Amino acid sequence: MENKIRVSEVLKKYTMVIVLALVIILFTVNTGGKMLLPQNVNNLIVQNAYVFILATGMLFCILTGGNIDLSVGSIVCFVGAVGGKMMVTNGMNPYLTMIVMLLVGLLIGAWQGFWIAYVRIPPFIVTLAGMLIFRGLSNVVLEGMTLAPMPDSFLALFNNYVPDFFGVEGFNLTCFLVGVIVCVIYVLLVIRGRITRAKKGYRVEPFGGVLIKMIVICAAVLAFMFRLAQYKGIPNSLVWIAVVIAVYTYIASKTTVGRHFYAVGGNEKATKLSGINTNRVYFLAYLNMGFLSAVAGMITTARLNSANPTAGTSFEMDAIGACFIGGASAYGGTGTVPGVIIGALLMGVLNLGMSIMGVDQNMQKVVKGLVLLAAVIFDVVSKRKSFIVK
Amino acid sequence: MAKILLEMKNITKTFPGVKALDNVNLKVEEGEIHALVGENGAGKSTLMNVLSGIYPYGSYEGDIIYNGEICRFAKIKDSEEKGIVIIHQELALIPYMTIGENMYLGNERGTAASINWNETYGEADKYLKTVGLEESSRTLIKDIGVGKQQLVEIAKALAKHAKLLILDEPTASLNEDDSRALLELLLKFKKEGMTSIIISHKLNEISYVADKITVIRDGSTIETLDKKTDDISEGRIIQGMVGRELTDRFPKRPHVKIGDVSMEVKNWTVHHPLYSERKVVDNASFKVHKGEVVGISGLMGAGRTELAMSIFGKSYGTGISGQVFMNGKEVTMNTVSDAIKQKLAYVTEDRKGNGLILSNSIKTNTTLANLGNVSSHGVLDADKEYAVADEYREKLKTKCPTVEQNVGNLSGGNQQKVLLAKWMFTEPDILILDEPTRGIDVGAKYEIYCIINDLVAAGKSVIMISSELPEVLGMSDRIYIMNEGRIVGEVDGKEATQEMIMSRILKSSKGE
Repeated sequence: MENKIRVSEVLKKYTMVIVLALVIILFTVNTGGKMLLPQNVNNLIVQNAYVFILATGMLFCILTGGNIDLSVGSIVCFVGAVGGKMMVTNGMNPYLTMIVMLLVGLLIGAWQGFWIAYVRIPPFIVTLAGMLIFRGLSNVVLEGMTLAPMPDSFLALFNNYVPDFFGVEGFNLTCFLVGVIVCVIYVLLVIRGRITRAKKGYRVEPFGGVLIKMIVICAAVLAFMFRLAQYKGIPNSLVWIAVVIAVYTYIASKTTVGRHFYAVGGNEKATKLSGINTNRVYFLAYLNMGFLSAVAGMITTARLNSANPTAGTSFEMDAIGACFIGGASAYGGTGTVPGVIIGALLMGVLNLGMSIMGVDQNMQKVVKGLVLLAAVIFDVVSKRKSFIVK
Repeated sequence: MAKILLEMKNITKTFPGVKALDNVNLKVEEGEIHALVGENGAGKSTLMNVLSGIYPYGSYEGDIIYNGEICRFAKIKDSEEKGIVIIHQELALIPYMTIGENMYLGNERGTAASINWNETYGEADKYLKTVGLEESSRTLIKDIGVGKQQLVEIAKALAKHAKLLILDEPTASLNEDDSRALLELLLKFKKEGMTSIIISHKLNEISYVADKITVIRDGSTIETLDKKTDDISEGRIIQGMVGRELTDRFPKRPHVKIGDVSMEVKNWTVHHPLYSERKVVDNASFKVHKGEVVGISGLMGAGRTELAMSIFGKSYGTGISGQVFMNGKEVTMNTVSDAIKQKLAYVTEDRKGNGLILSNSIKTNTTLANLGNVSSHGVLDADKEYAVADEYREKLKTKCPTVEQNVGNLSGGNQQKVLLAKWMFTEPDILILDEPTRGIDVGAKYEIYCIINDLVAAGKSVIMISSELPEVLGMSDRIYIMNEGRIVGEVDGKEATQEMIMSRILKSSKGE
């Protein structure tokens, strides 16, 4: 009896991980193994880098109460346009340009955050306006043209691969070793945490479950890094993604600021009456979204090797979709960074798998739409007893 | 004897864990004005909700006999078709619609595909004239005062061809003149043959208009007084309303020495956040000592919660004026975090809406108002947080498997304990407890009272706002009586009686 309950709880907690695994297996079988070729695994990361970054920022907006940011695609484009203008047209220093690009992102975030947090204009309206404003301004800055190519030192930061120190033919040993080190650190952290908890007399989770979880995670990381090592090694964009994920996972789960986001989304009135400045929470959500949009803008500009007026189109939809598929509640208050990353991966795998299979572009959209709908239906319905609301 | 229009026979209605109505009987004659009186929570509104079909047939026991036939209303529409129309205390009008649109909402003239606006406004104007409201039916609701809005509600009821009009506290938010006009209107309708049931706390109004008075207490009918045969003086009615024995439901408080004044509030005035000309709290002054439980008694809408919340970091109201002294020094508290720093805590009456985050764990809720204590440089110490939450779980005897449990899954009593834990963790000197035992069972109530006793024994001050008179009398060292935004009396806890408090409230309603 007890075992049965635990199985159903595990299923519920890790639904999207299981779905992701099933989808990967399905595509691998259907494409005769092409899905997991080293180059495709590499592309999965490189092509979707912007989704991981934007979805992380979007999660914090959604946490505050299901609020979304429609303007991120336009901000990505605008930041890229500013960068292009500075580096290509004016030949300015790429590092200075990057600082300016980040500042522009922060400024836009502050602009939107101010209206949303302190004047309480609905986020939907403010960011819809932002979507139009910054798309328009991108065209103005670029004068409707595409600026290319970007300076090499700029491209290198995002498009290159982490250099290999060993020089084994056809296998990037550095890459695989990084994978091994990551696994070792992870295992050590988990074990140390258990020991200190046990020492202080706190409750620890059953060891069996933890062991299975560790094995699954380590196996996935090692397999992933092994594939990358067979290609060109660690793409620089993966480093950026890893840093963003690590920092924001920490903020969400371990800091008081992170706790404030969950509290506001769970019950804003109660949060306010607990002495927490709820306006500031909203402001930070959108300020941060502007900042991460700028990061995504740099990655996108580097990948396209150009700044053009249509860059970033419908990026907001990818980010929002990844959040909801990844278990963020449409009402706010729940959702985790790792969950959102799983959601983004699922979207990426669907894109990649269907493209390899040669599924029609339009049908791909249909499938992604249905997956998004199904994920949110699951989220909403699993929280109550009846399917149809009376 | 006139014809009996409505008879409610042996109505029993239970909510999970509570018997709200227990064999209630009510007889209303055609063409009379029948008053329903009782304390807050006595069951008046529940009874009217049963009658109007808000609680459908099958969810209660007993019979409703209307116009000689047994009725089984499944929804409000069913009772309205028979001519039973209820006007709730909270006005149910939509501010950005016109008077006419509001009157025919859900009852539109014309067809579903095409509303006949000429008929709507023409009819509406006719009924507005009947109730004596000189406004065009095309005026927006938000542009007319609350007194006129009450008249619109009545006109709306007439438009539904009401034969039995039920008014729940119709004059609660009206001023003297508007109240008088409303009562005169009821008397005029009576002459024209309308039957009304009126629920009110204002006994002078009831003595003025009512033909019969039914008293409800603790979910049962106590008596029905007839104007022609019985004494319906206010004293007689109050006796019926509160005539209950105080049993041993309160833990004995070991002798606690009452110390210096810890907080004093002077001339506190608060205006309504939307209608900024309306005073919600009017020149209130009070103080509380160390080691003292001070009760604030009053009826719903007396302004007690508003008083507390406006002091607690101005979390309610606009145009707040007055002074607060903590340990003799004047302080200003503009935000909730200021108030927490001044060692003040406010435990809300609305634990689900304003108090707890139901989707979060007991642990998260316990530490929310004092995250600084379980973190350093903004980084949370997960182990310490768990330990703190567990300590309070043990101290307050919260029943739950672990503190990782979601608060939404707990019973009301245990939720209340989590809420208390949250505020005790902010280490306050003064706690304002707003309806600390609302909606929880007797056992949990007793435990909450014990916690209050422990708090004052530790030298803290407790201000307890409660609508339950026995609770206020049983727990307080001193009692302030509040009515219509003003503090209208102060009595010693030992000397106070329910009659004394009730009559003070009712007298002040008359403006004495």
